[in-house]
Amino acid sequence: MNMPNATTVHAPVDYLLHLADSALILGQRNAEWCGHGPILEEDMALANNSLDLIGQARLLYQHAATLLGNGATEDTLAYFRDEPQFRNHTICELPHLPLMSATARGDRDFAVTVVRNFLYSAFMVLLWEALLRSEDAQLAAIADKSLKEARYHLRHSRDWLVRLGDGTELSHQKAQAALNALLPYTAEFWADSDAERAAVANGTGAATAALRADWDQLVDAALAEATLVRPAQTAFVPTGKQGRHSEHMGFLLAEMQSLARQHPNGTW
Amino acid sequence: MNAPTSTPAALKEWPLWEVFVRSKQGLEHKHCGSLHASDAQHALQMARDVYTRRQEGVSIWVVPSVAIAASEPNDKAEFFEPASDKIYRHPTFYAIPDVVGHM
Repeated sequence: MNMPNATTVHAPVDYLLHLADSALILGQRNAEWCGHGPILEEDMALANNSLDLIGQARLLYQHAATLLGNGATEDTLAYFRDEPQFRNHTICELPHLPLMSATARGDRDFAVTVVRNFLYSAFMVLLWEALLRSEDAQLAAIADKSLKEARYHLRHSRDWLVRLGDGTELSHQKAQAALNALLPYTAEFWADSDAERAAVANGTGAATAALRADWDQLVDAALAEATLVRPAQTAFVPTGKQGRHSEHMGFLLAEMQSLARQHPNGTW
Repeated sequence: MNAPTSTPAALKEWPLWEVFVRSKQGLEHKHCGSLHASDAQHALQMARDVYTRRQEGVSIWVVPSVAIAASEPNDKAEFFEPASDKIYRHPTFYAIPDVVGHM
């Protein structure tokens, strides 16, 4: 294990946690499809996607835990922090449903899954590319591994976006509804948090503003191919990165963390 | 030639594809299974997710199952059984003269 020392530049812990939390929470969400996928191959594709994301989260948590010391581990960071301490993008925690209240129940909507994975992986491909140049050598190495995975996630979700958007009347309508619901949440990509500003300042993070034009281009080209209409951006800016989450986050954490909390230090 | 006047209707049933995976450079592609997909690109991606997640491959082929002509199980007797008593078709049937040396 590499212990940090005075000459090593490392990313602020809050920045690593922001990246790790987004990966873990979306990994947890996409894993809900496991055993329920629309077809066997897609079931496995979504499980693969989750395992990629959870793998990224593990590397980032391990790096953060080393910097934190005091007995912190990847498990204490994932399973023993509470909702306000999580710094993920809000879009990652939303259920696979058109927007409804946190206690409402309904069938998972594959179009929501596809649109979210598309919007998010388009952003992450650009962010990981920028983080290849991070002054934090470990973060740059994690970016190198994660970039390949994110590129496949983008390819897979973009492919489905076009199939659904330019598919049947019903699939088009569902894809458009998912886009209308989720696009406003992408405003958070561009609203820098204190952790992101600190990471940019010490050369370990990437300025998201510099990624925006490329992201717009990626998204607009795919939407045009999918015959979907980009809804107008609203004034709404989600605040998951500041620890203020949607009403869905608590339910997700309860499901994800309860086992580890009931059986601390359990192994199987 | 007339241009198509409309895009083809979306498929309700996806056709079947046979999947061939090359495990490493220099080896042949081997048949490893089949899956349903709407088109070739779709089939390739699904094959990637189903058949190469444990590092099984460096290259994938997908072939529409309908493109494969197969022998009939009922033809087994006339297709294959006549070969069963022709052991002289195996090189090991012949004794190699000593003068030839090691082959």
